[in-house]
Amino acid sequence: MRNALKKFYIALIFLFLYAPIATLMVLSFNASKTRAKWGGFTFKWYVQLVHNDDILRALGNTLLIALLSSVIATVIGTIACIAMNTMKKRTRTIMMGITNIPMLNADIVTGISLMLLFISFGLRFGMGTILLSHITFNIPYVILSVMPRMKQLNPSVYEAALDLGAPPVTAFFKVVFPDLTPGILSGFLMAFTMSLDDFIITHFTKGAGVDTLSTKIYTEVRKGIKPEMYALSTIIFVAVLVLLLLVNAAPDKKEGKTRV
Amino acid sequence: MISRRKWLSAPYTLWSVVFILIPLCMIFYYGLTDKTGAFTLENITAIATAEHAKALRLSILLSLISTLICFLLAYPLAMILANMKVSQHSFIILIFILPMWMNFLLRTLAWQTLLEKSGVINSILTFLHLPNINIINTPYAIILGMVYNFLPFMVLPLYNALSKIDENVINAARDLGADNIHTFFRIILPLSVPGIISGISMVFVPALTTFVISSLLGGSKILLIGNVIDQEFTQASNWHLGSGLSIVLMIFIILNMIASAVFDKEGEGSML
Repeated sequence: MRNALKKFYIALIFLFLYAPIATLMVLSFNASKTRAKWGGFTFKWYVQLVHNDDILRALGNTLLIALLSSVIATVIGTIACIAMNTMKKRTRTIMMGITNIPMLNADIVTGISLMLLFISFGLRFGMGTILLSHITFNIPYVILSVMPRMKQLNPSVYEAALDLGAPPVTAFFKVVFPDLTPGILSGFLMAFTMSLDDFIITHFTKGAGVDTLSTKIYTEVRKGIKPEMYALSTIIFVAVLVLLLLVNAAPDKKEGKTRV
Repeated sequence: MISRRKWLSAPYTLWSVVFILIPLCMIFYYGLTDKTGAFTLENITAIATAEHAKALRLSILLSLISTLICFLLAYPLAMILANMKVSQHSFIILIFILPMWMNFLLRTLAWQTLLEKSGVINSILTFLHLPNINIINTPYAIILGMVYNFLPFMVLPLYNALSKIDENVINAARDLGADNIHTFFRIILPLSVPGIISGISMVFVPALTTFVISSLLGGSKILLIGNVIDQEFTQASNWHLGSGLSIVLMIFIILNMIASAVFDKEGEGSML
């Protein structure tokens, strides 16, 4: 009885979290152009999506920004963790405090603060300014995923590698790096996801004429969202879901093999 | 070697000064000056004007309610999840992050379809002969949108804090004769405080400052403080006033940061 109640509660929360997603998926097959009416089942939005250059360009921008910003943030963030690990406790606390600012600060404040910065630097608003902003809010996610791993490391292992004659760079990549990999990967994924889903900061730091999917959707809200957008987001969501299921299934297979 | 490692901190130090600290100073500069560049407090005291004060009051009210609802929904959920002893800690986190792969604006817009007068939820209610709900374009819809969007940020820190509690401590309490209620209020709840504080700040700040949820679900008539600031920047181009109002918002954010720093020194309640 208690267990059934617990399961029911979990199910309710998941219904709440995933109902809008299911709604969007259903809408992507809706033949009627308004979302209020069901006009029968169709694939035509998926076909038209291929010819909708506006949406495809926004998708390209979104993916490019997400990929570049998360890669650059991962590199800067990981290097910062290595550096912070050897710092004095007080310096490290200050650095971590600064790292927490973009996490705890409101997106709208981060967005306008960067906008004011770019204006006073005289930068031209466009892909470049979006990229700089995304790197900025992505670095903390990387640092917060890598830092706990870093603290768990045994420094003697690295020193042993040095004693055995490995140059510092080799010692780092052969000994330290493999232990950090899970943290780096999850930081990268987190950063990529956050960049992809960001609207507010992009809204303030993008120039006229440049759009990511989020900002494109926001301008479309008043005139009504194009159904192709539902089709695109359904494709993205399903692709990620399948990818994650595959990744989650992969470690089991490996274990099975080693056991045999 | 040590000195070379110190040099490694240069890129991030430089980055955080240029893109985190200087931009914040810019907000203070703009917020405390007028268009001629002269010092003024007018942009900050502008919060007291009827229109702005109303927006701020509504924002605080709605975000407090949403934070409370998130907490009440998330705590039992986090307890159930933490007790499930799922070996795949990352899988749980994933389930809550996965929705983010569907665009945040579209997900919020989907609630329009669900909540509309002849929307999905009302159709189901009519089918079950239950009274319909008409909350679209009201503050209730905004609360729902806030809870929907920020619930994961409450669940994850709570889940992390609760799954770190040592089983033996709970067993010890039971052995010493504490019943479920005592164990909960004297052991589990106090030990999860870092998670609670972190969850509250992860929900309260974005809810307080949002302008998207209110413009998508509130029918553009309800103005939150986030909407006011957004309009000052994107429509009125009055950056000084927008910055001044942002400084007022930052007071709440800073209070939140202090609370997290005091209650969560080790970062135990962090989301990741």
